This record gives sequence, structure tokens and C-alpha cells, in this order.
Amino acid sequence: MAGFALAACSTDSPSVLSPEGESARRIDRLWWLMLWISLAVLAVVLGLMVAAILRRGRRDVEVDRTTPPWGDPFIVIAGVAVPALILIAVFVVSLRDLDAITEQGDAALTIDVVGHVWWWEVRYPGGAVTANEIHIPTGETVRFRLTSDDVIHSFWVPELAPKVDMIDGRTNVLDVRTDVPGTYRGQCAEFCGLQHANMAFHVIAESRDEFDAWLQNAAEPAESNTETASGLDVFLSSSCVGCHTIRGTDATGTLGPDLTHMASRLTLAAGTIPNSREDLARWIEDPQSIKPGNVMPPTELSEADLVALLDYLETLD
Amino acid sequence: MASYAERLELVWHEGTGLSAWAGTVDHKRIGLRYLYTGFVFFVLAGLEATLMRVQLAAPTLEVLSPQTYNELFSMHGVTMMFLVATPILSGFGNYFVPLMIGARDMAFPRLNAFGYWVFLAAGVFLNSAFLVGQAPDDGWFNYLPLASEQFTPTLAIDFYALGLIFIGISTTAGAINFIVTILKLRAPGMTLNRIPIFVWGELAFALTVVFALPVLTVANVFLELERKFGFHFYDADGGGDPVLWQHLFWFFGHPEVYLIVLPALGLVSSIIPTFSRRPMVGYTYIVLAELFIFVISFGVWVHHMFAVGLPTIALGIISAASFMVVIPSGTQIFAWLATMVSGRLVLSTAMHFVLGFLVLFVIGGLSGAMFSAVPFDQATTDSYFVVAHFHYVLAGGAMFPMFAGLYYWGPKMLGHLLDERLGKISFWLMFLGFNVTFFPMHIVGLLGQPRRTYTYASGLGWDLHNLLSTIGVFVLGAGILVTFWNWFWSRAHGEPAGEDPWSGDTLEWTTTSPPPEYNFTTIPTVRSREPAWDQPELQGGAQPPEDGGRPLTDGHTTLATTLADAEPQAIVHMPHASPWPLFLTLALMLAFYGVLLSSWMVAAVGAVASAGTLMGWLWPRGETQET
Repeated sequence: MAGFALAACSTDSPSVLSPEGESARRIDRLWWLMLWISLAVLAVVLGLMVAAILRRGRRDVEVDRTTPPWGDPFIVIAGVAVPALILIAVFVVSLRDLDAITEQGDAALTIDVVGHVWWWEVRYPGGAVTANEIHIPTGETVRFRLTSDDVIHSFWVPELAPKVDMIDGRTNVLDVRTDVPGTYRGQCAEFCGLQHANMAFHVIAESRDEFDAWLQNAAEPAESNTETASGLDVFLSSSCVGCHTIRGTDATGTLGPDLTHMASRLTLAAGTIPNSREDLARWIEDPQSIKPGNVMPPTELSEADLVALLDYLETLD
Repeated sequence: MASYAERLELVWHEGTGLSAWAGTVDHKRIGLRYLYTGFVFFVLAGLEATLMRVQLAAPTLEVLSPQTYNELFSMHGVTMMFLVATPILSGFGNYFVPLMIGARDMAFPRLNAFGYWVFLAAGVFLNSAFLVGQAPDDGWFNYLPLASEQFTPTLAIDFYALGLIFIGISTTAGAINFIVTILKLRAPGMTLNRIPIFVWGELAFALTVVFALPVLTVANVFLELERKFGFHFYDADGGGDPVLWQHLFWFFGHPEVYLIVLPALGLVSSIIPTFSRRPMVGYTYIVLAELFIFVISFGVWVHHMFAVGLPTIALGIISAASFMVVIPSGTQIFAWLATMVSGRLVLSTAMHFVLGFLVLFVIGGLSGAMFSAVPFDQATTDSYFVVAHFHYVLAGGAMFPMFAGLYYWGPKMLGHLLDERLGKISFWLMFLGFNVTFFPMHIVGLLGQPRRTYTYASGLGWDLHNLLSTIGVFVLGAGILVTFWNWFWSRAHGEPAGEDPWSGDTLEWTTTSPPPEYNFTTIPTVRSREPAWDQPELQGGAQPPEDGGRPLTDGHTTLATTLADAEPQAIVHMPHASPWPLFLTLALMLAFYGVLLSSWMVAAVGAVASAGTLMGWLWPRGETQET
């Protein structure tokens, strides 16, 4: 059982046992309650097993045809009554938690998240659109409206909240509140096909001021810049433009993520690789070797065009 | 007495050669076939699991392609559920239910043969998907819309849907046969409260099948109509609902879990009294608990869907029902413990496996109870915590009893004792390997690793747990191989078992090992819940007529008795060996391949051939229909 204690201390993991959100804290408490009860039950069972083993006999022992007088009362008490009482208690506690997690009053902010194979589209009120990265303010209840554009995905940030499925034709709601600034890893939890394993995202919780500044910037169109105009031309004249939007330019594709502020994001390809210049170049030239089966085709560019494109994309912050 | 045996031998002997091999209706031969075939699929599914664990030994390995990985985890699940767990436990049931109730065969011997052939054919059908590189790749749960024509255009899902419809025919035929056999063919005197608990377990299993399986069949028929003819059952854009699939699938899927565990628990219940040297304490509680599980298993399907976004009130009701399921499981565990503590335990290999089962099943049951708490389920569902949980319940709860069954009943089936020392080595390797494989999955699931992922990033604290799981699987596999070796070695070289090597309490221990084709020289009259302990005159499977034994040597017959009190009611003429079940299976297989490939001519030929072979099967032959 020391393993569980150790596990809880592992800070790198997106762990259910290192809760930083209100809902996750409740779940964590519920887990420890149930774990201690379970360990007690396991101890009783193992104790009785050991007792039976200690008084073992040999194969030729005469069969005992008597009925122990304590047999039936023991089964009724240990096997029916006590479990029933414990289970009713846990049921009541869990219902209260369910209620608290579901009903969190008015939300300060509503964010729409749409699941795609295999990335996350994130839409804010006021027109900001981003992908695979969700900024939220701390100390406020944030309401996520979750749906899917294709197969079923599931929205799971273990440190903040329970998971909720994203289903085409339905909109599910998840309220999240955390008081602790930080970056929390999330990942799709419902099998969604070939690249289900590479469909992660990050939630960045920051103070209201920092969040407002971020949101204001995120809602702006991309800045035009004469130094990188040739890179934009490469973008607009290659296959990129068919699928991606860069607000403030002629690129209005909707199959892939909005790239208006892509340089500010932590990762590429939904958490698959870091957002560095080298990785971005690899991703543009040969996305299929990095995330086989994803929708993005390889793009063949001359060395000069690639440099210009990368220079331009790096300004989109 | 000898003359009874000689006359029965003449009437019941099926002969040798191809026609006897293809036509056998002997429940013991069929039971063994279920076991051997089931274990072949077990090895296959085990290899699939091993490959997956190799791919996951370290982060971002590229041993398998994502597509291959997805096919392997899908086929591992489908194979273990439909081609391993159910058939192997049916195999034990087939072999031992008639022996334990004192009958000469199952109630419908040809249907029994048909059930086996269809199981084999459906297993071949499903696995033939690998040969064309289009194995099912959307999981055993096969959620829509991922499994729709749009997102999975290959034949993979058609193999899945048609394969499961096909195997459903086998399971349903088997279940009906078990129900009728158990209710109507019990030896005189074996009243309801004297039925061995293993037999109760098979009855609860069969009842669950009859009510659960049609739902799966309907779900898959809808799916094929949608994929092949453009219906819209699950298609949101066409007015359907993808969540309907989940309701139908889990309305079958959760009872499926119990129908695997129920006979396994029954198996445990038949081993514990023998090796505790006393009758089961709390027999009635155990039987009621098994029947309660059968009923309540139909009320908990939504706990697989707590994250779908259903109304809170529905979650609360299903949560309560799920907590309730824990109680009958606990009742059985404490009844077993009471029996063991008040008896004198004999630590045979079979009992080792039972004790190992008990530890694993309790751990799996406790983590399972946790999923009844909705918020905790929502946090951990679809993570590795679930993978850990259901392997403790299903592999711990069914595989360990199966191995206990091999060691307990192997001597009866083979006529030779298995090596106890090898058996204990096998047990410890399996127990250790199992825990090293699956215990870390609890932790890595809580650490946030989702299941059904072909790879994972480093730096998330998941590496060590995954490596341990991969190491564990090889230890587990080694333990399993030791038992297989033991089985085949002992079959040739083991010491003779005698009738009753363990001094067991039920009727199968009163006849020879292996039993003759007619099981018992005289159909016994039973006067106790533990007849083999209380009725010494049963020895040799030949209760003298003056003690109530009925030879029934005039024809190929067994005795039917009344449902509750098992009073003699009628003499039932049993059919002889027949190749028609095999022919019907082959015709059906042709029809299923026709539908699979959308070649409707082939499907029509298969359907007509099926009707023809069915007529051949049922064609009137003589007054008693014995041929």
C-alpha cells in the first residue's frame, strides 16, 4: 500500500491523487475513504484465510458432518448486514459529492470545446479560437460545453475534474474550478481510433488579470508584418490554407486548428511534440511519421520557402 | 451388475472413425473439445496481450503500428470474453453437469454438438479477419460512430458484428440445453436443495445468457443494417443516436461479466467443501446469492456510462443497484471462509488456485465497488485503473478457478493424476506474475494513464509501472505453460486417478475415471446433498437396484424427473451420434461469409443449405427418434 502513497507524491503525473480542482479534491477524499474501508475488508478476509490455513489437515482427515452453530449468523452478519451498512454509507457520501460536482451555480465564463480526430478545438466568448490548450482564470467556476465533430471523445483533466464524454449531436456540461495557478495535462479518455493515444491538451490556470490579458490577445487577428510577408505568401499558396484559419488573412480553412496565435502554444499535434522550430519543421514536412494516420498531408517546400514559413509562423503569438 | 454394464456398452458405444468423430453427441467428448479449443484461443489471446505489453514496455516504442495495436487489444477482448471464458466454463459444465446430477447425457445431445461446432466455426470466422488484414479494431465495446461505415470502412466491424451474432447461436443453444438438463434430468431424489452449487452456477449462467444475449444480437443486427443498407439506428445526423449502441451493448455487456463469473464461483464452491473436509456452510445463502446476482446484473448497465452525460437521477439509481451487487458477492465469500475456517483445509494444488482466486477476487471486488460511487467512476473510468479492476475480477475471478478446475477434475477427465508439485510451481508463477502485471495498473490509472492507447509520452511518471506490467506478463505466461505441460505429461504418464482421488462429495466421484459413455451403470437415487460422502453403496457408479439404482438398459435412454422434487417422471430416448449438426454449422458459416462479403448469392446458398441440413437433422426416423 506504500505504492499508493508514493504514487500520490509523483508530481509529474496528471494524477487523480494530486487534485488541484474543487471536484478533483472531492473525488480524492472519496478515494481515500473507500481505500481505507477496502483495506479493512481485505485484512479481515486475509485474516480468516490465514486462520483456515493454520488449522489445515491432511487429505485423509475424516469428513466432519456437523454444522457449526455460528455459521449462519456469521454469514448474515459479516456477509450481508455489515456490507450493506458500509455500502449505504458510502453511497450517501458519493451522492453528496455527485451533487456538489454537478451543480456549481453560475459560471463566470463558458468555454466551448469540440473534439476532433485527434485534436481539441477551443472557442471563447468574444471570438477567440485556439486548439489543444485552454486558458482559464483561477478562483472562478468555468463552465465547459463539450461536444464532438466526429466520433466520441472524452474530456479528462485528472487533477481538476471528473471526465465527461464528447458526443456528436449532444452537448455535455462540466464545471471546473481551481484556486491553484498551473499547467494541467488533459488527455482524451474514450477510444477514438488510430491516434487516440496522441490526443492530449493542457489547461493553463492563471490569475484573472493574466487571463484577461491572454484572452484579449487571443481574440485579436494576426498582426501583419512586412518582414514575414513572404512566409504568409508560402502559407497562402500551399495546401496549408485549405484547412487552417489565420484570422486577419485570407486563410479561412476549418478542417484543422486555428493558427492565429499558434506560436504561443506549448505543443504541436495535440501534445505529441513540443512547439519548437525544429519540431514544427518536421511536422510540416512529414506529419505522418510523427502521428501516423492524422488528417494533415505532408507539404513539400523548398528550403527557402520553409524558412520563410517558419519565420512567419513564429510571429503568430 | 456386469451384465448391465455390458448391455449399456453395446447401446451407448459411439464407435471409432471419422463418422463417430464428426458425429459424437457424448457430453464428455464435447466438453473436452470445448476445453481444448477454448485453451487454444486462450493461448492466442495471451499472445496478443504479450505483444501489446512489449509495445508498452517503455514510452514511445514502435514495436507495433497503431493499427496493429488497436486490432490486438480489440481481438484480445473479444477472444477472451467470447472464445475463452464462456466456452471453457461451458466445457466444464458440459462435462460435469450430467455427471453431478446423475444423468447419462445433456438433455439435447445433438444441440450440444451443434453448440460446439458453431463455437469453433465462429472462432475461426472472427480470427480469419487477421488473414485478410481487417481484424476488428474498435475494441470489444465497438462504440458508434467510430464503428460506422464512415469511420471504419473496412470489413473489420462486419467481422465483429457477424462473428458475435454467430457465436451467440452457440451460447444460446448451450444455455437452453443447460437449463433443461438441470431442471429435468436430475437423478431421483436430487431435490432443488440438493443440487450441487456448481450446477446452480451453470443454471444462473444459462439464465443470464438467455436474457442478455438477444440484446447483443439485436444491437449487431442494427449495426449491420446500418453499415450494409444505410439504416440510421446509431447515426445522429440521420435521427439515430450513438448512445443507443452503448445502452444495448452494456445491457448485454454487464450481465456478460457475471455470466462468466457465476460458473467460476460455482466451480470454487464445489472445490472448497472437498478440501475443507466438511459440507458447505451456508449452502442456501450461496445459491440465493447466485440467483440474486443473475437478477440484479440486468439493473447496472449504466455504470459503464457514467461519463456519457446522462441525468443525475439515472446515475443515482444505477449507482445504488451497483452497490447492491457487492452484497451477494460478499455473502458467498464469507460462506466460503466460514466453511474453510470450520473445516480442516487440505492444501492441494486445486485449493492453492482457489485461495489465490479468493485474494484476487476480493481485491477486484473492492475496486469494483468503488466504481459504484459515481464521481470516482467518472474520474477513473477508461483509465488503467479499470483495466486493473476487471482483470482482477475476470482473470482472477474466472481464470484461476478454471485452473483450479483443471487440477480438481483433470484426474476425472484424464484418468490420471496431475503432478501436484508442478501444479504448485505453476500456481506461484501465475499468482506472482498476475499481480506484477495487473497491480501496477491500478496506480498508473490513478496517475492519469488512459487505456486503449498504443503509446505514451515519457516524463509522466508512468514508465516504471508499465515496465513492471510487461515483466509480469512473462512470469504469468510461464506459469500457464507449466500447467499445460503438466496436463499433457500427466495424461500420458500420471499415476492412475482411481474413482475418487480427493474423496469428493458429489456424484461424479462415484463413477470411474474417465467415466464410461453412459456415465453410470445405474442411475442413482440420491438421499443427501453430499451423496458421495453419505451413500457408500454408490461406489463404482452402480448403485444396486435394491438401493434405488435404475439400470435402464432397454434402449438409449436416461431418466426425466420432476422439476422441484426430482421424482421419476419419464424415460427419455436419447439420440445417437449424427453428422447433421456439423453440416448445419458449415452451411451457416457459408451464409455468414456471404453476408460479410455482401455477396448475397453465397448468403442465399448458405441459407438454403442451412434449411436443408436442418430438415436432414429433424427428418423422422423410427418411433423413438434415437437415430
